[in-house]
Amino acid sequence: MSKKHHQANKLSLNLSSFIPTLKEKGILFFMDVANVVAYLKIVFRNLFAKRFEFQEFLKQCYQIGNKSVGLISITGIIIGLVLTIQSRPPLVDFGAVAMLPGMVAISIIREMGPVITALICAGKIGSSMGAELGSMRVSEQIDAMEVSNTNPINFLIIPRVLAATVMIPVLTLYADAIGIFGSWLGINIKDSISIKLFLNQAFTQVDFMDIVPAVIKSFFFGAVIGLVGCYKGYNAGRGTESVGIAANSAVVTASLLLIIVDLIAVQVTDLL
Amino acid sequence: MEKNTKKVIIDIKDLKKSFGNQKVLDGITLQLHEEENLVVLGKSGSGKSVLIKCIVNLLEHDEGSIVVGDYELTDINEEDLVEVRKKIGFLFQGAALYDSMTVRENLTFALSRLNKSFSKKEINNKIVEALDNVGLPDSIDKMPSELSGGMKKRIGLARTLVVNPKIILYDEPTTGLDPITSYEISHLINDTKAKFNNASIIITHDINCVKTVADRIVMIKEGTVYKEGNLEEFIKDEDPYIQSFFK
Ligand SMILES: Nc1ncnc2c1ncn2[C@@H]1O[C@H](COP(=O)(O)OP(=O)(O)OP(=O)(O)O)[C@@H](O)[C@H]1O
Ligand SMILES: [Mg+2]
Repeated sequence: MSKKHHQANKLSLNLSSFIPTLKEKGILFFMDVANVVAYLKIVFRNLFAKRFEFQEFLKQCYQIGNKSVGLISITGIIIGLVLTIQSRPPLVDFGAVAMLPGMVAISIIREMGPVITALICAGKIGSSMGAELGSMRVSEQIDAMEVSNTNPINFLIIPRVLAATVMIPVLTLYADAIGIFGSWLGINIKDSISIKLFLNQAFTQVDFMDIVPAVIKSFFFGAVIGLVGCYKGYNAGRGTESVGIAANSAVVTASLLLIIVDLIAVQVTDLL
Repeated sequence: MEKNTKKVIIDIKDLKKSFGNQKVLDGITLQLHEEENLVVLGKSGSGKSVLIKCIVNLLEHDEGSIVVGDYELTDINEEDLVEVRKKIGFLFQGAALYDSMTVRENLTFALSRLNKSFSKKEINNKIVEALDNVGLPDSIDKMPSELSGGMKKRIGLARTLVVNPKIILYDEPTTGLDPITSYEISHLINDTKAKFNNASIIITHDINCVKTVADRIVMIKEGTVYKEGNLEEFIKDEDPYIQSFFK
């Protein structure tokens, strides 16, 4: 009895200290939301109004491709291999092994390719944007740009966001191709099938409407990665530890948002 | 102190700035005249850097007014702010060199953002001259990460001076430099003024630098102007707080 009482007491104590922090957290959350809205407004306004930093855009495109292509190649092949090896036994049971290439191709094109690419890029590109802009913020480089008549939104953020928006779909298509190649390798472990026949089998089942929504979706993935990475870096705090925090929360936030966007995209495609 | 008859180009009245509950500037009033070197003294953390950041609107002030040339900074629009910033050169306390660019690109960036059209050759000449002035002609193709702290500071100075601004705000130009280089930088500040007739605000703790460059000195304490005067008046002052700066 006395133990129970003690527990209840402890609970109420916790609650009373919990509610103010909850209130504080709530206020902070809404301030965050307001900041994000303001940020998006500024980015979109600058997207159309000001001069476009084409050089920076190209540089960022190159960097995004260069940084992630290796990782995406390895992951793509392995995903293709694993999907194929795992899907094979049940299809063999049903005598439907000829469906294997098409099935794997569809799941790669519709889901695995875009999502895996986006998650890898959130880790690789999102974090590096967060860290880079964060360290520019901390060491006052962004301030220095501002006083030399350069709008940092225009010079730093827009090129990065656009580059990510353009490059993630490109990398996704590349990952699809590599994944399908990996699938062919996977089939060839047990069977022997020419790449021509394999592709033939695969693409009779793949529909145009499998590819288009996936590509559209990956544009949004790219935009999310760019916007989140830049937001976290651009709004980093004042000390050096803020750089790490910015990079880290860029990855976490972007990954979470990607999954949510994916969920929404699936619902929308379902309606079509 | 005799009256300065030159035009006022920065006019700050009753400037207040807080961060959260922390009052940093609590009613600063000061003026900068054309062709004048104004030294700002004050303890570390007294808000000197905040003051000059307010002048270029990197930080928005809470109360009071700042007038630069013909522009009042409170609620200034974007186009006018560009005009204000074109007039002003800013040397950051930590140099703030762009990490991803070489020294040459750092200086080119500053020049190319003025919206004046320079030929490649003109740009190159200006950069070489600016680097010569700070004594680092050889570091033109280095990355900032390859430079020492003092060298970064001097490149930052070159990047500020290369665009030849009408007003220059120096945040501790000689801190972290050896006595010889400090001496040279102090004289560079004077030479620049002699050549281009610009006005400067110089934040420094380096008394030799103060002695070389100061036309007038303002001391900040607890967010307000504690004393204003020329070098002589400061040296003669028997207030122990002031004396502790001039020992
Ligand atoms: N962006 C900011 N956000 C919050 N506080 C700030 C900010 N900038 C400056 N401060 C605070 O304002 C105070 C004054 O800072 P400031 O950098 O102006 O000092 P200072 O006089 O330049 O000192 P030092 O000689 O060490 O450079 C400090 O307490 C600092 O913590
Ligand atoms: Mg300072």
